[in-house]
Amino acid sequence: MTATDDGGASDADAGVVDPDEVRHVADLARVDLDDEEAAAFAEQFADVLDYFAALDEVPEVEDEPDLVNVMRADEVRDGLTQEEALANAPDSEAGFFKGPKVS
Amino acid sequence: MSADDARPDDTAGSDDGDEFNVFLSRETVAGDDEGPLAGKTVAVKDNISTAGIPTTCGSAMLDGYVPPYDATVVERLCEAGATIVGKTNMDEFGMGGTTETSAYGPTKNPVDPEHVPGGSSGGSAAAVAAGEADLALGSDTGGSVRNPAAFCGVVGIKPTYGLVSRYGLVAYANSLEQIGPLATTVEDAAALLDAIAGPDEHDATTRYDAAEGGAAAVSDAADVPDDVHPADATEYAAAADGDVDGMTIGVPTELVEGADDAVVDVFEDALADLEARGAETVEVSLPSVEHAVQAYYVIAMSEASSNLARFDGVRYGIDGGEGNWNESFARSREEGFGDEVKRRVLLGTYALSAGYHDKYYKKAQDARAWVKQDFDEALAEADVLATPTMPVLPPKRGESLDDPLSLYLMDANTVPVNLANLPAISVPAGEVEGLPVGMQFVGPAFGEETVIRAGSAVEE
Repeated sequence: MTATDDGGASDADAGVVDPDEVRHVADLARVDLDDEEAAAFAEQFADVLDYFAALDEVPEVEDEPDLVNVMRADEVRDGLTQEEALANAPDSEAGFFKGPKVS
Repeated sequence: MSADDARPDDTAGSDDGDEFNVFLSRETVAGDDEGPLAGKTVAVKDNISTAGIPTTCGSAMLDGYVPPYDATVVERLCEAGATIVGKTNMDEFGMGGTTETSAYGPTKNPVDPEHVPGGSSGGSAAAVAAGEADLALGSDTGGSVRNPAAFCGVVGIKPTYGLVSRYGLVAYANSLEQIGPLATTVEDAAALLDAIAGPDEHDATTRYDAAEGGAAAVSDAADVPDDVHPADATEYAAAADGDVDGMTIGVPTELVEGADDAVVDVFEDALADLEARGAETVEVSLPSVEHAVQAYYVIAMSEASSNLARFDGVRYGIDGGEGNWNESFARSREEGFGDEVKRRVLLGTYALSAGYHDKYYKKAQDARAWVKQDFDEALAEADVLATPTMPVLPPKRGESLDDPLSLYLMDANTVPVNLANLPAISVPAGEVEGLPVGMQFVGPAFGEETVIRAGSAVEE
């Protein structure tokens, strides 16, 4: 799955998804897949993306967004305690979340 | 947690008298002594946060997760006097239409245990259908309250986007989902809606001030001043009076033609009954709905790929173990997420990736605007629209798991409503070979009273 030079995907792309492309997307999404999963998803993605291709027929519609961003005043208020915030972490140390090494 | 014990036991719930695998946890939270729901029991979908009680979203990723706070709707249940009796099974993170993708095993339909209860709020609908709770809360992203209501023969309401607070709902697709009530009667479901609806300072989408871009700016359907939230000016339960005399019901041909013959027969009988009671029916057309399912899945999957990025095994989720940050995340998510969740996160990542954004995501937003426009035009000709809720009867368990596309197509009649942010209700309209058929009514934004009135006429 490579973007074409004009930044769009050509129609020929629809329905052609191989396990390597699935792995590339899985890498972007930070999800490990085993070989079996990658193969099964490649087959299913071809069907689903083929189906999504019908969106090409949709006309452009003028749209006024229903809701707009509304900011509240940035005021300090009570939140979770440190203990509550850490309660569901698999690992923590000295009041901090403990994550893997950034190599 | 090691890889070996990461996956929860999928027979959970089967040995504690829970014959349909309805509950993921059974813990009682007693509400206030007084209030409109005093003495009523409520089952709550397991993606709605309950302080001190596990909330798993039907996922191994959140096995053992205990929220430190209550969702706004949970606070309101307790204030209204309701007693929470447990958290209900669901498709993992709300992704599914049958309640078979839960990491804790499928829920059975109490009407016929060989069949699915529908999804993703299948546990909540089954709790009500089996008499395990008087009322239940589900969440509806593309039909997940109405679908199981139809398949289990109960009532489900999908509120207008912005009527009910989403604070404390574990997000799957923010722009589409609303928490909604399930009950055995329209009046009971409406009374539960009365208890949970209203503005919430924790959720800006419940704002109702036209001047500041709140929900009043989008609709004048609710007959209330611009600065008053419709829920504060309305009693939904009172609208369940069955009076459809003079009501105009629009029937969108596109959403009837695609349904199974047996379902259409039940639907048309119910419609004829409403005509006999003074309602007028007109045919309306929604040409955009042909593209609604594609648009819905592109938008929902895209939002899911972003929302589920938070499950990384550091703040919560399964520990991904040693290695660098990316490897650890990827392992956590491989172990924690089931197939349907991975499928949607990956497809959403694909739809948003460089070179594909315009082809999929932008086109899906165009389709969404088109669907809204179509509904506006149809609802200018009719007070309410009627369709079969589900185009098919409840499938047998296991029948549809391996074919994601056929599962997605089942949502044809429900997803357009979420794309357009409108209210809808599903009420039981009859049965075919012992399996329930639901009828859906769709109303204008914040026009909950109209869909409740129409729904209550069907059950009489």
